[in-house]
Order: sequence, then C-alpha cells, then structure tokens
Amino acid sequence: MTTTTLTPDVLIIGGGPAGLTAAAALAPRIRGEVLVLDREKDAGGIPRHSDHTGYGLRDLRRVMTGPKYARHLVEQATSAGATIRTETMVTHWAGDRAVEVTGPQGRLRVEAKAVVLATGARERPRAARRIPGDRPQGVYTTGQLQNAVHLHHSEVGSRAVIVGGELVSWSAAVTLREAGCATELMVSQYPRTESYAAFNIAGRALLRVPVANRSRVTRIIGKGRVEAVEIENLDTRARRTVACDTVVFTGDWIPDHELVRSGGLDLDPGTLGPLTDTALRTSRPGVFAAGNLLHPVDTADVAALDGLHVADQVEAWLTGAGEPAPGLRILAEAPLRWVAPGLLRPGDPAPPRGRLLLWTDRSIRFPHVIVRQNGRVLSERTLPWPAAPGRVFRVPWSVMKGLSAQGGPVTIGLR
Amino acid sequence: MTDTTPHEPDHVYDVVVIGAGIVGSAIARDLSGHQLSVALVEARDDVGDGTSKANTAILHTGFDAKPGTLESRLVKRGYHLLSEYARSTGIPVEQTGAILVAWNAEELAALPGLKEKAEQNGYDRCRIVGADEVYELIPSLGEGALGGLTVPDESIICTWTTNLALATDARQRGAEVLLNHAVTAVSVNTRSTTLTTTGGSVQARWVVNAAGLGADRIDRLFGHERFTVTPRRGELFVFDKLARPLVDKIVLPVPTSRGKGVLISPTIYGNVMLGPTSEDLTDRTATGTSEDGFAFLLDKGERLMPRLLAEEVTASYAGLRAAINHGDYLIEPTPSQRYLLVGGIRSTGLTSGMAIAEHVHEVLEKAGLALTARTDLPGPPQMANIGEATVRPYQDADRIAADPEYGKVVCFCERVTAGEIRDAFQSPLPARNLEGLRRRTRAMNGRCQGFFCGAAVNRLLNENGCGGTAAAPARPEVNS
Ligand SMILES: Cc1cc2nc3c(=O)[nH]c(=O)nc-3n(C[C@H](O)[C@H](O)[C@H](O)COP(=O)(O)OP(=O)(O)OC[C@H]3O[C@@H](n4cnc5c(N)ncnc54)[C@H](O)[C@@H]3O)c2cc1C
Ligand SMILES: Cc1cc2nc3c(=O)[nH]c(=O)nc-3n(C[C@H](O)[C@H](O)[C@H](O)COP(=O)(O)OP(=O)(O)OC[C@H]3O[C@@H](n4cnc5c(N)ncnc54)[C@H](O)[C@@H]3O)c2cc1C
Repeated sequence: MTTTTLTPDVLIIGGGPAGLTAAAALAPRIRGEVLVLDREKDAGGIPRHSDHTGYGLRDLRRVMTGPKYARHLVEQATSAGATIRTETMVTHWAGDRAVEVTGPQGRLRVEAKAVVLATGARERPRAARRIPGDRPQGVYTTGQLQNAVHLHHSEVGSRAVIVGGELVSWSAAVTLREAGCATELMVSQYPRTESYAAFNIAGRALLRVPVANRSRVTRIIGKGRVEAVEIENLDTRARRTVACDTVVFTGDWIPDHELVRSGGLDLDPGTLGPLTDTALRTSRPGVFAAGNLLHPVDTADVAALDGLHVADQVEAWLTGAGEPAPGLRILAEAPLRWVAPGLLRPGDPAPPRGRLLLWTDRSIRFPHVIVRQNGRVLSERTLPWPAAPGRVFRVPWSVMKGLSAQGGPVTIGLR
Repeated sequence: MTDTTPHEPDHVYDVVVIGAGIVGSAIARDLSGHQLSVALVEARDDVGDGTSKANTAILHTGFDAKPGTLESRLVKRGYHLLSEYARSTGIPVEQTGAILVAWNAEELAALPGLKEKAEQNGYDRCRIVGADEVYELIPSLGEGALGGLTVPDESIICTWTTNLALATDARQRGAEVLLNHAVTAVSVNTRSTTLTTTGGSVQARWVVNAAGLGADRIDRLFGHERFTVTPRRGELFVFDKLARPLVDKIVLPVPTSRGKGVLISPTIYGNVMLGPTSEDLTDRTATGTSEDGFAFLLDKGERLMPRLLAEEVTASYAGLRAAINHGDYLIEPTPSQRYLLVGGIRSTGLTSGMAIAEHVHEVLEKAGLALTARTDLPGPPQMANIGEATVRPYQDADRIAADPEYGKVVCFCERVTAGEIRDAFQSPLPARNLEGLRRRTRAMNGRCQGFFCGAAVNRLLNENGCGGTAAAPARPEVNS
C-alpha cells in the first residue's frame, strides 16, 4: 500500500479561523512542523463563503469581509511557517495522536506530538429538525446557500422563507437579497427575534423582512420544487401556509464532532463538542480543541482567539508540562443550555478572552448570573448586557472566584 | 453491447417490460439473456425511482412468509439468487442477522410458532433465546424484552445498487431502457401490441406489466378488472452514522396482522434506520412524510431503543408498498393477449425480484414465448461500492495513486469522491439529476445534507449537462 507517513510536531485539523490562528501563533515558536489539514479546496473555513463584512473585530481589531478575512488568516499562517494542505480530509484515528487522511496526493498517515481539533460547526438541516412533508428541491441551510451563491454563483429561487431568527438568519437574508430572492417571512420560535439588537433593527429596516415570532415550520409542501411551507403559531396553534420556492434552515448548530466521537473523547452533553478545560485540553493527552467545535456557534474572531489561546497550551505540552490536576465540571442550569469550557482545573489559565461562553433558551434583559457549588452560592452578578437566544452569552471568568478545588461541580444559572 | 440506437417507432420488440423497478429490471435482465429483443419502459427519468428506492433494504430469508405461497417460494429463492448476484457484481450486502424481540407474554408465546413456520419455509436456523441473550446480542435495547428469536441469515443490502445493477445488466445485454415513457394507452392487435407512452409509441409482441403501484391501471388498459393497488405508506427515520455502534443486527418486532411492524436496522451505508410505519392511503404519489408518522416512530423508538433517539436524524423518507386485496403475488399470463401481469409485489420484492424474473420466464415459456438462451452474454456489471463494510474509494491508497480523483472528497459526510461522481455520469445508465446521483454515490445523503457539499455537487451536476432539477425533459428521451 502506498501510504505515506508525515510526522509534524503539531497537527491542526481544520483550517478555519481557529485552526489558522493557532497555526500562525505556533509555527514561529516551535522547532518542528505545524501542519494544517483542511478538506475544502481552500483553507479559511466558513468565512470563505460568508461574503459580507463583520469579520476580524476582536482578533485583528479591524473589520473586513469573510473572504478577505479568510485569505488574511491563510497568509498569516503560511508566512509564519505553517504548512497548509487543502482537499485533505482526516477520516479516522490511527493512534492517540495519529490520524488517517485522504487527499489527491494519496492516503496519508499523520503522527504528531500534539493535535488541535478545529473542525467547526454546522447548521442542522431540515431532516435533523425532523420536519415532515414532501422532499422537494429548494431547501437549504445558510451554509449551503452561501456556498452556492458566493462560491459557485448558482441561482436560487425568487421567494424564500427563512427558518430561525439568529444572527446567521440575517446573514441568510442578506445573501438571498444579493441573489435576487425576496424573503417572504422569517420564522422564529422565540417571542422576539434574537441576534444583536442593532443588526436586528437595521436588518429589519434595511431588509424589510417580516418576522413570524413564536412560530415553527410544521411541513414542507411541493413536488419537484418547494411550493409552500406550513407554519404554526406556538401560542394559538393556528396554522397557515406561506407560499415560497426556497426554504433556508438557519442556525440550530451542532459541532462537527465526528472525530471527537469516533475517537472516544469525552463529549460535553450540552455543546455536543469535546469536553475541555480552560486550557482547551480534551480528555486525551496532547489533543486540544478550539473554535466553534467547542461553542456552537460564536463569531469568527472568538474562534480565532481560541486558536491563539490554545497555541500557548500546545507549546506547554510540547515542552513537557506535567499531568494536569483533576478538574471540576462546570454545568449550565436552565434556561442556559450549555457552557464552554466545561472543566476547571486548579492552576490552569482563565479561558480564552477571560470569558465563559453560554447559550440561553430564554431572553433576559438584565441577566443576574448565579454561580453555585455544593448548593452554596459562590457569586452573583448582574450583567449590563442581555442574554438572548440565538447567540452566545458571555460571562466574565471572575464569577468563578472563590470556588473550592475539592468541592463538587460548579453550576451557572440565570435569573 | 453498450451501444444502442434510439428505437424506431415501427420496431416491434419481442418483449416490452413496463416498469424499471427491481422487479421489471430483473425481468428485463433475465429475458435479454435469451435471443429476444427487449425494452424496459419506465415512466420516470431514472430506473429505480419508485418503490424500489424507498424501502427497508433487507434481504429476507423468507422465514416468516406464509408457507405454501408463491411469495414464500420466491423470497427464499430470491435470497439465494440475489446473494449470489451481489457477489458477482459488487452490490453491497452484509449478513448481519436479525432478532425478533418479544415485549409481552403474547409475543413470547408466538415465538415457537414462528420458528415452526420458518421450518415449514425450509429455514431451520432460527433459535429461541431468553431475555439475557437478547440483551447480550443488543445491549442498547430498551428495557422489558422477554425473549427473542434469532434469524442469523437475514441481511442488509443496497436497494439502489441492486436496481441499478439489474437495469445496467439488462442494458449491457442489449435491452433498450426507455425512460420518460409513461404508458397511457394499450392497443392489442393480432400480432403486436402498441403501447402509447408519453415518450412516443412502443410496439411489442409480448408485454410484461411490472408497473408496481401502477400495475392495476396497466392491467385495466388491457381490459382486466382483477385487482386494485392500495398504496401502503411506510415512513422511516435514518439516524446518524455515529449511532451505528448501538446496533449491529436487524431488530424485528414479532409480526402481527398489520404487517411486519417497526424495526430498527443498521443500513448498508453505516447508519441506523427506524421504521417503517404502515398506513393505507389512496394517493399513489403520497411519498411525503407526516407529523403523525414521525410521532408514531418516535414513540416506538423510545420504547425499542431510547438511546437511539438521542442521536441526530440524517434523513427521513416514505415509501409506498403496492398492497392488493389478495394474499399472494399475482403473476398471471393472458396468452391470448400475449400479456403477463406481475402485480401485488408488496413488501418483499427487493429480495424476490430475481426469483420473480426466473419464474416469469418459465410462465412466459409455457404461455408460448420461445426462449433460447444466448451463449454470447457479457459478464455482469461491476458496480461502484457505496457500502460501508468494505473498502470505499477514499480509503483505497492504490486506487487514489492510479487516479487522484478518488482522493478528492467532495461530500465530506459520506466521503464521496470526485472520481465516483464522475463515474456516475459516465456509466451506462448515467445519473441525470440530483436524486439519481445520490442513489449512485451517496453524495449529499449525509448528516449535513449539503451544508458543505451541496453547492459543489450541484455544480458537478450542471457541468455534466444534467441540470439540478428533476423535471422531465419535454422531448422523448431514449437512453443512449
Ligand atoms: C452563514 C454564516 C455567517 C456568519 N457570519 C459571521 C460574521 O458576519 N461575523 C463573524 O465573526 N462570524 C460569522 N459567522 C461565524 C464564523 O464563520 C465562525 O465562527 C467561524 O468560521 C468559526 O471558525 P472555526 O475555525 O471554529 O470553524 P470553521 O470556520 O467552520 O472551520 C472549520 C474547518 O475545518 C475543516 N474540517 C472539518 N473537518 C475536517 C476534517 N475531518 N478534515 C479536514 N478538515 C476538516 C472544514 O473544512 C473547515 O474549513 C458566520 C457563520 C455562518 C455559517
Ligand atoms: C417501506 C417499505 C419497506 C420495504 N422493505 C422491504 C425489504 O426490506 N425487503 C424487501 O425485499 N422488500 C421490501 N419492500 C418491498 C420492495 O421495495 C418492493 O416490493 C419492490 O421495490 C417492488 O419493486 P417493483 O419493481 O415491483 O416496483 P417499483 O420499484 O415501484 O417499480 C415500478 C416502476 O413502474 C413504473 N411505472 C408505473 N406505472 C407506469 C406506467 N404507466 N408506465 C411506465 N412505467 C410505469 C414506476 O415509475 C416504477 O419505477 C419494502 C417496501 C416498502 C414501501
């Protein structure tokens, strides 16, 4: 068999903002090779086909379009000395820090001293949301829509219904408008459409998208091509059909965790990504994780800053850092759906950007955060920013002060 | 023999087979192994686009058929014929074995009877096992199983490749495959029969009706009033591949009068399936899924294997069985019209298809069709492997070295390569639309349903002149 083995010091799986930023930070600091593998034709991750502005604020301190941001990150990693191989997909584990890979250059085996998983997240498509009806053409996720419009310049229909009211839903509306497709309706289960208030108001005004709140899609109708969707008002249970030829399922994220699960790494049941500590270590020594794989889904700059954070931790591992101390679980309480990272070890650094990332199922204008351990309130804090469904809610790490390393799990709740 | 010219309107085929599902394709393949000119006439724009694309894809031993029926004999025979054919063509099959699980005293009491029935059907490898062994075999099963019956030879198979292999084989043996030819009228003359179709008229000496859900309508066009097809819908959930470690065997319910009931089965593509429902409808095109169907499946699943429901759903679909008011397959010749009905092939036709073809050829011969076996037959077609149990192109280092297109993964979830997609457009029965491509390669069938690859796959479709839509072309289309 013609299998070649590569032996970089660091293997980074996924060349999106998280992986590329980690590569750029690590390459100048270690002696061996930093190898980034990405299955797409070009590295850059999701921003490659997210052709609108709003990228780079927190990591690069300027704002640019997704494709430009993607190219910038690729250049940064390459000029720092990292190797990027594209059209190269990691398909299996071949050892604790070894994987099997398929690319046009053949079947490869990569054995590294450290591995960073940065495989990102995707939107749940219609089937995963268990929506019945016909199976016509014209049903998309935002990812597929933007890929089609921005990278492949394909046509979409003329009247769309957008399912979801997250940030990414507005991103879908922008793309549809550029593709000459009107948005007939945005359907959101929440009482108010989430996403950043500014964007929301601007979005509504600019795009003039009508929104059906407290609603869900109950059926897709159409033979050949979508003809309509049936929607239900969650409060009155009243149903109606909305004529359209395109349906875009937006948001409702799930990490691309195939390697995490097939490798038997501990999973965080909340995020469905790998369980990591604040140093972004997974349960397997020498295997780290960063980006939207851990918090589905945050903005690209936050993913990139994970990459920067993980670089220090990988370097420490390569220089022989000892066994980490046992950790405490950090758990989210309803209405919070998940918290990342999910483990805290004494002596470890604060999480990336000194923030815990959380997801709320209910909108709270002035959230009062309560941290408990062993039933005892550890700290409470009212935050000046809202907790809203459809986007990440950030909590300063300082709320964790004063916990006992010997105590039980720590829970974070909201009031 | 891959080269055929579009048919002449006056050409009279020795046999025309209506319906390019599993059954019609198997019949066309078998007949074109004889010195005959054969056409396979299909209403849709691809073979295998009817019931044969949407079933539970189990290769049945026939252990639970009604002893003494034609169905029982043909399912048993079909199991062997198709297993053998799969080996020679590369149709993916896995002999997973099945276990019927009894959840109450009544079901438990039915097991010995089922074992006996299996023996009457000539299948003697069933074993009755206690609850402990049931959980040993399927540790993730829900609580409350009382016992079970094992059927070690039940298997899972790729229904799409089976249909495609049979139709490709028929084609390579010289049969004409006439797509977009829906038969709308029939006129039986003394020497030949004229079929009026949406793709032009087709003349035949003999006609075999294997039109599945449409078989009763064709039968009426021949002037008979024998039966009515009831579309019996079956809805299914396909769970993510990450669920596959939960179950490596087919988990069957103890059958009741309502049919085979809801099962959990691994799929040949490495997923886990839950279904089907069973619901009699009137609309023969109602292949949509329903809220009630989903609720029913989730309720069943919750009891059968609660852990399965925590996994992501990759796909859901519905198929329509051609149920009829008759306890057996309806295979009846009318020699005076040089016509043969192959109807009521309800829920076992994938397995029995090749045996039906064998039986059909005997019936036709008795009815007066001269059949002389050919000695110049091409070998069986070699099908692309889209099964998960054996080496796929993306895993094959030597193959990628010889052709790097097999190293370019286009559909990440299903790991379908550019080479396989190219092949699907270049095969004797090429993919013409997205659905056809999905059935030939699995592209876009995975957990992301196109989030990553949808645009690229559509681009490849357009580049290959097939367009991304499933609309039938206006002009009559002949396979070429
Ligand atoms: C439609 C849309 C609009 C958005 N708009 C904005 C915005 O305006 N501003 C903003 O800041 N953020 C936005 N985001 C979010 C932003 O794109 C993500 O936060 C960011 O891309 C996450 O980076 P990542 O590196 O974690 O993952 P990704 O960007 O998803 O990168 C993961 C990479 O891993 C690769 N990969 C996965 N598995 C494998 C494997 N097995 N082998 C090889 N490679 C693999 C993938 O090909 C991919 O390139 C948007 C997202 C979407 C979907
Ligand atoms: C939910 C479900 C689960 C099943 N599970 C299994 C299983 O596990 N194992 C098993 O062995 N079997 C199973 N079956 C049964 C099996 O799928 C069918 O018996 C088999 O596919 C029937 O094949 P066919 O060729 O008769 O019909 P079809 O595949 O429907 O083919 C008939 C063809 O005739 C064409 N046609 C109809 N009218 C006309 C016309 N007027 N002119 C031209 N063409 C026409 C149609 O377009 C169609 O392509 C299942 C079925 C269902 C629905």
